[in-house]
Amino acid sequence: MVIAQQILFLAVLGIAGFFIRKRVLRIRSNIELGKEQKVSGPNSERVKNVLLVAFGQRKMFKRLVPAFFHFLIYVGFLIINLEVLEFVIDGIFGTHRVFAPYLGGGYNVLMNIFEFLAVAVLLACVVFLVRRNVMKIERFQSAEMTQWPRLDANLILTIEIVLMVAVLTMNATDQLLQTRNDHYVSTGSLFFSSYLMPAFQGFNTKTLVFIERFAWWFHIVGILGFTLYVTYSKHLHIFLAFVNTYVAKLEPKGHINNMPVVTNEVKSMLGLIAEAPPAQATPGRFGAKDVNDLTQHNLIAAYACTECGRCTSECPANLTGKKLSPRKIMMDTRDRMEEVGKSIAVGGPGLQDGKSLLGDYITKEEINACTSCNACVEACPVLINPLEIILELRRYVSMEESGAPAQWNSMFQNIETSFAPWKFSPSDRFNWAKDEK
Amino acid sequence: MNVPTMAELTAKGESPEVLFWVGCAGSFDDRAKRVTKAFVKILNAVGVKFAVLGTEETCTGDPARRAGNEFLFQMQAMSNIQVLNGYNVKKIVTACPHCFNTLKNEYPELGGNYEVIHHSTFLQQLINEGKIKLSEGGSFKGRKIIYHDSCYLGRANDIYEAPRSVLETLDADLVEMKKCRTTGLCCGAGGAQMFKEPEKGTKDINIARTEDALSTGATTIAVACPFCMTMMTDGVKNKEKESSITVKDLAELIAEAQGL
Repeated sequence: MVIAQQILFLAVLGIAGFFIRKRVLRIRSNIELGKEQKVSGPNSERVKNVLLVAFGQRKMFKRLVPAFFHFLIYVGFLIINLEVLEFVIDGIFGTHRVFAPYLGGGYNVLMNIFEFLAVAVLLACVVFLVRRNVMKIERFQSAEMTQWPRLDANLILTIEIVLMVAVLTMNATDQLLQTRNDHYVSTGSLFFSSYLMPAFQGFNTKTLVFIERFAWWFHIVGILGFTLYVTYSKHLHIFLAFVNTYVAKLEPKGHINNMPVVTNEVKSMLGLIAEAPPAQATPGRFGAKDVNDLTQHNLIAAYACTECGRCTSECPANLTGKKLSPRKIMMDTRDRMEEVGKSIAVGGPGLQDGKSLLGDYITKEEINACTSCNACVEACPVLINPLEIILELRRYVSMEESGAPAQWNSMFQNIETSFAPWKFSPSDRFNWAKDEK
Repeated sequence: MNVPTMAELTAKGESPEVLFWVGCAGSFDDRAKRVTKAFVKILNAVGVKFAVLGTEETCTGDPARRAGNEFLFQMQAMSNIQVLNGYNVKKIVTACPHCFNTLKNEYPELGGNYEVIHHSTFLQQLINEGKIKLSEGGSFKGRKIIYHDSCYLGRANDIYEAPRSVLETLDADLVEMKKCRTTGLCCGAGGAQMFKEPEKGTKDINIARTEDALSTGATTIAVACPFCMTMMTDGVKNKEKESSITVKDLAELIAEAQGL
């Protein structure tokens, strides 16, 4: 019986590993659709961002209530996963609570901490479900929060609740079995699951073993399944947020990335360099029309977004009813990446499918409404920068399509001819000083 | 008003402590020109040796870059840098946060390296050095003032305190809007929005921000940006509140308090 369980466990582990690996590789190749970009600036600053912003959750705490409950789930996730290690060892070697004999009294303390966290996670998830579905907090109801994003969020929270219930059920039945069966080593009293024990008291030993085993299997298969699900979900932020805080740009937020290609052309036009630079093998696009025109950092950011909507709730354009939503920019980037990746994987046309990020996902009306105020960038708890993507799309529209709004084209013309965005004579520029001497 | 140009100073073999970059709004917009003059009056009163580029100044390229026209931006930037480097400019002060941001953060990559400060920081330095002294209990005592954060000073460059500490020396009653500092609401003009009509929505951004300002009961909205100035002034007009609330730049408030 034990052997059969071991074989089954290895099979489950193998199958889960196979599919998770496949998804990880897909996500990597999707990110690699983007332009390569080296990180710049001091590494110590980047590490500091990872420690303070990702590990330390510093920016989350700008909004205390969600930060508190999120922190419980976050700590729970980090620490409860230590228990998964024991699950895996037990599963492979057919042992039961393999660490218990080695840790002695410490095992009881550890298990009680896990249980405390499990209950905390459970409560936090219930609070989050209520915030989304009962209180209907505004940022979870915006236009881009269509059926799937809402379902995704509710699924994540529900799965986490069910997984925590499985752990507590397992511990409750386990504690009862410790008095009846030698295989079940003593864990000492476990505070929270003890409250569930009366519910199982009446069952015979065989049934209890079945319930305990079922809960054990449910929990570990659940975790493996959830991990796979996460790779399809906004919940991927649990991994990519760390990466994103590392690669996030360090320059002041007001800084817009330079385009060296343009610099070379302008320099040769102004006669600042003797000859035009060697033409590129494949002349790249100016700005971005599709995901492959964005940088890999932009694409990592899209996978790091968990659709919390803090950006959109601070966006002045969105607050005044414009179509722009920074969260939608990130969601669209991710959706387009997934679409292209899926197509490539089945030998389809990939990027050449006649669609593009700009046009089919994000409209000009959206990007034109941005005031580049950086409220979205400031609001993001994991240093995502939707503004970078918006500006790259604007660059494409302006330079490749000459499709900027008419008033902007007039402004461009004024700058070209009068050296000011308004149509004034350049020779009048200093008149202000002559008005009153 | 004494406004020396770089060309004049160079001809005399002199160089200024600081170049005052006036900006297009400060040069052409009637309301912003009053701010330019107020700032010049302060510079003259304090005895700062400054100069302007005069007709040699051109747009930094900020609105072109933000509207996506990188070519035009770089053309502007490159020719401005040639002029600035030609005069061997080391230090620049400007009253426009957009010029400030572009000169400070975006010109270095194109060969323009200067110490760039915004006039709010410059005024704060003059106050700290004791060069601007304001008598206690001046005409501002008891007046309720709010400061509207410019995005290009605040979030873009982390300058939140300098404008506020300048206002504190006025001995006025400085209050905050609910959305301030890092969460300050944009006036609606940034990202080249100043130069086009807004997209369809339920409200204009400057109206939303003006409503924030009016709800504080302040009698003065202090700004530190010519675009914010336009947007907030238009917002106040739209709400027909010109008689109860005025929009003033930091430089104007300091000049007024000094009787300049």
